[in-house]
Amino acid sequence: MADAKNMVYLALQNNEDARPIIEAIEEDNPHAEINHFPAMVKIDAVGKLIVRRKTVEEKIGREWDPQEIHISLVSLSGNVIEDDDEFGVERDN
Amino acid sequence: MSRKLNLRERYQRMTRDLAWEPSYQSKSDIYPQMEFEGIKIEDWDKWEDPFRLTMDSYWKYQAEKERKLYSIIDAFAQNNGHMNVTDARYVNALKLFLTGVSPLEYAAHRGFAMVGRQFPGAGAQVACQMQSIDELRHVQTQIHTISHYNKYFNGFHDFRHMHDRVWYLSVPKSFFDDAMSAGPFEFITAISFSFEYVLTNLLFMPFMSGAAFNGDMATVTFGFSAQSDESRHMTLGLEVIKFMAEQHPDNIPIIQKWIDKWFWRGYRLLTLVGMMMDYMLPKKVMSWREAWEIYFEQNGGALFEDMARYGLRMPKYWEQTIEGKDHITHQAWGIFYNYTHAAAFHTWMPDNEEMDWLSAKYPDSFDQYYRPRFEHWREQAEAGNRFYNPTLPMLCQTCQIPMGFTEPGDPTTIGFRASDFEGNRYHFCSDGCKDIFDNEPQKFCQAWMPVHQIYQGNCGGATVPDVLDWYHLNFGVDNFDYAQSPDRQHWQQWKGEAAEESDAPDEAA
Repeated sequence: MADAKNMVYLALQNNEDARPIIEAIEEDNPHAEINHFPAMVKIDAVGKLIVRRKTVEEKIGREWDPQEIHISLVSLSGNVIEDDDEFGVERDN
Repeated sequence: MSRKLNLRERYQRMTRDLAWEPSYQSKSDIYPQMEFEGIKIEDWDKWEDPFRLTMDSYWKYQAEKERKLYSIIDAFAQNNGHMNVTDARYVNALKLFLTGVSPLEYAAHRGFAMVGRQFPGAGAQVACQMQSIDELRHVQTQIHTISHYNKYFNGFHDFRHMHDRVWYLSVPKSFFDDAMSAGPFEFITAISFSFEYVLTNLLFMPFMSGAAFNGDMATVTFGFSAQSDESRHMTLGLEVIKFMAEQHPDNIPIIQKWIDKWFWRGYRLLTLVGMMMDYMLPKKVMSWREAWEIYFEQNGGALFEDMARYGLRMPKYWEQTIEGKDHITHQAWGIFYNYTHAAAFHTWMPDNEEMDWLSAKYPDSFDQYYRPRFEHWREQAEAGNRFYNPTLPMLCQTCQIPMGFTEPGDPTTIGFRASDFEGNRYHFCSDGCKDIFDNEPQKFCQAWMPVHQIYQGNCGGATVPDVLDWYHLNFGVDNFDYAQSPDRQHWQQWKGEAAEESDAPDEAA
């Protein structure tokens, strides 16, 4: 059994909408590991992954609602955290 | 002056506040299925929807997903996208997916409409309503893809009719029928948690990446579009489990039993997906074994560490799946190779390059157990003795897959279990499937077993062509080895490939 302690992930489509979100995740989550698959990017981390509204807005130059992530989200693992300023997944065991 | 509501308040107003307490009918009359499964719910207001998506936002985001999806489907059709797939063999993976899984999307649409009606909590009702609409969207988008491929390839022409009749389609069909004929709490544990949360990534992520890798934009697009709803479904599944677990300690053993049952049922069902990944994609993304390690061992492992706080443990027999990851796809492909004369898709033996890929991905099993068998079958086929098994297989009473899986610890002995119930003997492929039957024999003894039905004379006649006619399958067109198929002939004509060059499986591709 692989070491699975508190692993979480977000998987996004590899497209124009998702790219700034992926960049924002990379910037705000230095512990995250970015894995590329055909048509899809899977971001793995231990403990927590956060997408911040502010970081994404800086990248795309317009207002961004964290719920817009639904359009390019492929899958996730972890307990969802969601409010007006961020979207994320976490595990804490 | 009005202040903009925050996410939590908006969800509260637009979901919970739309519900009301009934005054002239009793709750037990309105929601008659809430008691019989034994699940105890003290307070539906404790339901926490982690996504807090309100109906207005739901329509907004879904509309955008649809616009993107249909523009790609249009572009695919306008540009003859089917011509860009790696090889016509690939389309057989699609045949299995679209005839096996797409009708399940429709079943899920119905199932969530039914359970959403049964749950008294507004949060649960809204989540089920959204999922029901999602699933209808999924089946619609997949039918568009069926419609396109049906113009150029065989085996897609009557998927709805086939789903109720064809022997291997009874595997996915009976899975969902089992869930839909259970109570609402079992249904949602089965589909939202065990299937969507624990296993669905194995269905969509490697397979859709595989479709992308094989040039099939239509499938990637409906797949990822569906999967973007799936993350919402998965969190619903997780919430359902947490909610039931927190409501009453008596719920824990019931939930655990359902998790055990539906994990095993899902594992058996996904064998078909694993077989597609390992054998049916001309360009492969990852092996079933790798996918199982990432999406079950790693991801599922973390999940069940989370669940331990409620007293829930890993699903029973999960250890057998770790051993099985080296074997099940090869065994399943062997079964379909044997019976492809009765299937609506083609099979073939891997070429040398593919055999080497399998050896590399399955260092502990392929060369030892499967390569010699497959090379023998390939030699026989090349000598004009392509083997088709003339005897109908014995099916497992629970998963309905032919009994071809081997014993844990011994990949050379076929697994075999049996139970007696009311004077009849029933047969199973594994401990997991036997346990499921033994817990609900009254239900599973009624399963519609395709092979039994053929022998009882209920499937159009006694010969294979009779039965295929009853399936609405075109004999000599939809079935048999890929090497002799009209699909292959057409593909060679379209691509301008000389027939003699392609008599052997394409080594250079």
